[in-house]
Amino acid sequence: MVHLSLEDLYKEVILDHYRSPRNKGRLDPYDIVLERNNPLCGDEIELFLKFDGDKLEGISFDGKGCSISQASASMMAERLQGASIKDAADLAGGIKRMMAGEEEGDDDELGELIALKGVVKYPVRIKCALLGWDTLVEALEESGKGVPS
Amino acid sequence: MSLDAQRVKKDFPILETLAHGKRLVYLDSAATSQKPRAVIDRMVRFYEEENANVHRGIYELGEKATAAYEGAREASARFIGARSTRSIVFTKGTTESINLVRYTWARANVHEGDEVLVTEMEHHSNLIPWQLLCAETGATLRHLPIDDDGKLRIDLLGEYLTDRTKLVGMSLMSNVLGTINPVRTVADAAHAVGARILVDAAQAAPHLSFDVNDLDCDFLAFSAHKMCGPTGAGLLYGREDLLEEMPPFHGGGEMIREVWADHATWAEIPQKFEAGTPNIAQVVGMGAAIEYLEDLGMDAVREHEMQLTKYALDRIFSIGATIYGPMDVHDRGSVVSFNLEEVHPHDMATIVDQEGVCIRAGHHCAQPLMRKLGVPATARASFYIYNTEEDVDALIDALEKSKGWFI
Repeated sequence: MVHLSLEDLYKEVILDHYRSPRNKGRLDPYDIVLERNNPLCGDEIELFLKFDGDKLEGISFDGKGCSISQASASMMAERLQGASIKDAADLAGGIKRMMAGEEEGDDDELGELIALKGVVKYPVRIKCALLGWDTLVEALEESGKGVPS
Repeated sequence: MSLDAQRVKKDFPILETLAHGKRLVYLDSAATSQKPRAVIDRMVRFYEEENANVHRGIYELGEKATAAYEGAREASARFIGARSTRSIVFTKGTTESINLVRYTWARANVHEGDEVLVTEMEHHSNLIPWQLLCAETGATLRHLPIDDDGKLRIDLLGEYLTDRTKLVGMSLMSNVLGTINPVRTVADAAHAVGARILVDAAQAAPHLSFDVNDLDCDFLAFSAHKMCGPTGAGLLYGREDLLEEMPPFHGGGEMIREVWADHATWAEIPQKFEAGTPNIAQVVGMGAAIEYLEDLGMDAVREHEMQLTKYALDRIFSIGATIYGPMDVHDRGSVVSFNLEEVHPHDMATIVDQEGVCIRAGHHCAQPLMRKLGVPATARASFYIYNTEEDVDALIDALEKSKGWFI
């Protein structure tokens, strides 16, 4: 179990990715791009995916919004570089269940991503944390590359 | 008579509660205001002593309920200077009031080739109904621009009002910029080209004293819940002759005179527009809210808010924030939208919440205005009768803290 205070959550993980986002910017070339926003607060994510067989050869994002939405997308893109599509879909499903409070989330498996669990305490911010992941799930579905478990 | 905010604060039970173990500093009254004991008690008393349906009961209890409900109509008419209670239609709020005009007056009077004029600072509730109307009728929707100070470009009115304009929809006070708009000037210009004007007073009614005859508006809408009253009650003021000629809105009980199997005739105004059992207790609560504000005095309310807003503008500006809207408190109400360069408004709202401070972050139901301002979102602090300089100081301390996290 993690017990991050809001300040720790921000300072240790979120702000690092917010200030120095990984894999930010347009992927060239890409196979699919999907833009989604959070109509309630205006967060925006543009997700680029490049496939190689059943792998995600490349994943990047562009966007603007609050630190949680942008850091979560950055962590996602960093983590899923070169991952299998199945693993990506499984991870997205797991993150979504963790954020819905349906699963605890495994520290070892999630690594740094466990920081997102700190957001569960702030219900109105959960949709910020999930924007990138929801966009990923939708992009995988649209590309016909499989749906999450 | 000046307003003693410290004393007013004691009228609001919720302000004695804690948020995250800290004193609750409520700065989101533009979204909804808190409710004074007098309003809460009035609604409880209605349910405990007067509850019955209105305009039906032959028995004494029914008469009491009707008297309480119609008493709120008299208070509402008095509050906005309406000459007759026949001009006051109770609705569930501003949005329903505006949609009432869309489905009745506007459907009958706005046709293909006509124009509807709104402003660039409208809340979605005074924008989407007209988008839908224009899509349905083939009319054109136009938007009177704002300038860099967040004021309407009244100089362009002649260009935007044409003989094709049938309706002007505008807010009296912006829920984002705080701007107080020169409704009377626009009303005169609109009437000169034969257009009608609908005023969204949702933000203005809690804070400003105004008179519908001085504004010379044709329709005006506001909600109780932003002015110390409950949710689920609001009103549409309409000029009597316009309400008379308008077709009904919802059909059902209460709004009829005589009904046959295949047709019906309508009740007199305003009952013609109040189909079904209304939100009786909420309307009674709205009447109590109006009386509460009248006791404070709307001029005292305005004076208090001008002083407090000036203090807040100075302090928020002093920590390096960008403030949207006019800086002169004579031109604006008590909503202050701002951004701190380093901190996204959502992050800011979450962080200041840890200090017990409630502010809004987002697009404030005004996405086109956010685009015009070139920002995805803003933070917004809004002040009311129960806020003090101490509350502003708590906000500033919390904002400094949020800045500290990001630097």
